[in-house]
Amino acid sequence: MVDPTTLTLNHFLLLGAVLFAVGLYGALARRNAVIVLMSIELMFNGVNVTLLGFSRYIASSAPLLGQIFAIFIITVAAAEAAVGLAIIIAVYRDRKTIQLDDIHLMKW
Amino acid sequence: MTELFTTIGFYVFGLVAVGGAVGMVAARRLVHSAIFLVASFLGVAAIYLLLRADFLAAVQVLIYAGAIMILMLFGIMLTPNQMEDGGRAHLGQKVGAALVAISFLAVAAFSLLGTKWPLAQTLSEQPTTEEIGRLLLSGYVLPFEVASVLLLAAMVGSIWIARED
Repeated sequence: MVDPTTLTLNHFLLLGAVLFAVGLYGALARRNAVIVLMSIELMFNGVNVTLLGFSRYIASSAPLLGQIFAIFIITVAAAEAAVGLAIIIAVYRDRKTIQLDDIHLMKW
Repeated sequence: MTELFTTIGFYVFGLVAVGGAVGMVAARRLVHSAIFLVASFLGVAAIYLLLRADFLAAVQVLIYAGAIMILMLFGIMLTPNQMEDGGRAHLGQKVGAALVAISFLAVAAFSLLGTKWPLAQTLSEQPTTEEIGRLLLSGYVLPFEVASVLLLAAMVGSIWIARED
């Protein structure tokens, strides 16, 4: 199914899926809030690789649409990182910890 | 010949991207995680170049490897005494997370590789920056403006959330 010598769409799709899966593992397994945020950025990267692969290899009347999409994903990711870190700093100031299993005030 | 170099480049930079990602997830110190993540972002930027997305590659280096990593380092350094990710054993959580990630990867690989995509016959080799700039200020000007309002709201909101009272 995958010929190793010439690059196809499948190579990039698999790379994107692997990056997303590693980010998913980090977001679920780590307990430090900053690491979880970085893992989410990694998942955004996997999605962008997939989108740009589609944008290059798939026949379309709007060939750059995938790249425009990726630009907006990066924009939203930057906004998310800024707000997420502000929340982490506010939580740290209040509770002196950012270990996610110690932040359980609203958990039942 | 060019194709061979492109393929070698894909495997080298793909390995950098995935290796950086795995190192980020596995590193015990937060700053090590951040440095691994920079390597991963730069590898992904090179992959974008292989996909003929020159503008996106530049954006990736500037925004991700630059701005977002600076934010993350600020986050790490403004929350001291959190440098180790806790000494407690949480094997169950790791096993569960690995199961979720592996099953996601299996389903994604199965469905992505099993689909017949309508592939383009000829691949464009044109630079994209000029065309993206034209599109962002013509056909996609409304999402562009919405994105700028979103960034403004995120900036004001994060300053307000993180301020000292």
